Amino acid sequence: MSGIKIKSEKVIELVMLLCSLVSVITTLGIILVLSIDTFKFFQEVSLFDFLTDTQWTPLFEDKHFGILSLLSGTLLTTTIAVIIAVPVGITIAVYLNEYASKKFTYVVKPLLEILAAIPTVIYGFFALQFVTPLLQKFIPGLSGFNALSPGIVMGVMIIPYITSLSEDALRAVPKSLREASYGLGANRFQTAFSVLVPAANSGIIVSVILAISRALGETMIVAIAAGQEPKLTFNPLESVETITTYIVQVSMGDVPQDSMEYRTIFAAGITLFMFTFLLNNISFWIRKKYEQRYE
Amino acid sequence: MVQKNDSLAKLQYGMYKLKAKDLNLYYGKKQALKDVTINITANTVTAFIGPSGCGKSTFLRCFNRMNDLIPDVTIKGEVMIDDIDIYKNIIDVYAYRKQIGMVFQKPNPFPKSIFENVAFGLRINGEKSKSVLEETVEYALKQAALWDEVKDNLQKSAMALSGGQQQRLCIARAIAVQPSVLLMDEPASALDPISTAKIEELIYELKSKFTIVIVTHNMQQAARISDKTAFFYLGELIEYDNTDKIFTNPAKNATQNYITGRFG
Repeated sequence: MSGIKIKSEKVIELVMLLCSLVSVITTLGIILVLSIDTFKFFQEVSLFDFLTDTQWTPLFEDKHFGILSLLSGTLLTTTIAVIIAVPVGITIAVYLNEYASKKFTYVVKPLLEILAAIPTVIYGFFALQFVTPLLQKFIPGLSGFNALSPGIVMGVMIIPYITSLSEDALRAVPKSLREASYGLGANRFQTAFSVLVPAANSGIIVSVILAISRALGETMIVAIAAGQEPKLTFNPLESVETITTYIVQVSMGDVPQDSMEYRTIFAAGITLFMFTFLLNNISFWIRKKYEQRYE
Repeated sequence: MVQKNDSLAKLQYGMYKLKAKDLNLYYGKKQALKDVTINITANTVTAFIGPSGCGKSTFLRCFNRMNDLIPDVTIKGEVMIDDIDIYKNIIDVYAYRKQIGMVFQKPNPFPKSIFENVAFGLRINGEKSKSVLEETVEYALKQAALWDEVKDNLQKSAMALSGGQQQRLCIARAIAVQPSVLLMDEPASALDPISTAKIEELIYELKSKFTIVIVTHNMQQAARISDKTAFFYLGELIEYDNTDKIFTNPAKNATQNYITGRFG
């Protein structure tokens, strides 16, 4: 009897180990796949050209492989999204935490989280069919495809990431700090922004980084509304193409496997991967470094 | 800022700084304070003693309306500072709290530098002048007997100080706003004996400038530092008298039983 027990314990342990290995193996597999084709890519294109060329035209006769054109599109739309989402997201978190009644928070927070659950293809058409025409009323001459509209919509999409995690971080600030602030005569606004937000800063920063990662990797919204035109620009009124959009565009077309065009996907993919990997590590590091203990 | 407890103010308002009259407080339907009436003299130390849950902390928090932060609290009766009813006649409760400094059970410095902790009360008042801030911080830290220990490290994080230093920092932070009353909710209960002795010494010195009300579980502490002692039990003020009288010859049996350690 006990022999069976010990055996089943070991089996369970093994199953658990395998489950946890799934994520590790997947990550390693992705890095491997990306690296192999990227390596082949860089045998034909020099790293210098890749990083300095200002044009990205792998699908044309005159081929250029300047990742900056795609990178600028990615960074531009992400920056717009962050500019929208960070102030709004944190303000909502503060409101829910410090001003709103418990009942209100109870109802509104799940509703807000629905924003993150809307399929991004819907956001994409929302940007193209609603936000862009709306913006065109205020900005005459704005082209039908531009970075601004998907950037804004992407910002709305990532608000719940910031709000939800920031609200958790604010709620974790000990009651004693709140009391200390009110005891000194601070009002709610001063308490929220001079005491609670700074005390919760590590959690808030992590939430922002997560939201940035999400925006960097976002594909559908920009694919639909940004125009798919690789261009080295920081003008939000122009059409742009992001790394993710390019990958979709090429992988859906009739690009033969093992061709140069095919490999560009991986070179672009690894660039994006490096960005999100870096951001992840920064957020991990911030969490470790600024984890404040209140005893 | 003018000290509010100078002799002129005293003449004007009579000798009682704080008063409560027929105060009843409810958490939801549960009554936490029953008909509490007390007069607290300016520039004295008054100790609130009593077993856990007797309402002494709740009562203390009525004086700066800290109970407002808790939802579902009902307060009936009068609480007065300088003969002004703070529940009926105070409009801006945030501004009112600046008159009342509060020190809590556990040291609760902000995760900021020592300087910014003490300067916090001034900054939220809109004080920008660097020299005023520096002077006040130095003054408050000296008052709290912490200046000599931290004067070379004012930019260091307050979280790096010892528990006793943190508590004196919290006292300095409260003093910096120049209140007339200091409310202390078991300020030494989380501290070691040496830090406790320092805090007690400090309380004794501060009473010339502030009206101090202190909640304590430590009866020796109450006997050592307070002029008057109020004994609370089950939400009622059982006995309130000179500390000597309470600890040597209390009028009520319940008080006698509590201070001799028969319950609580």
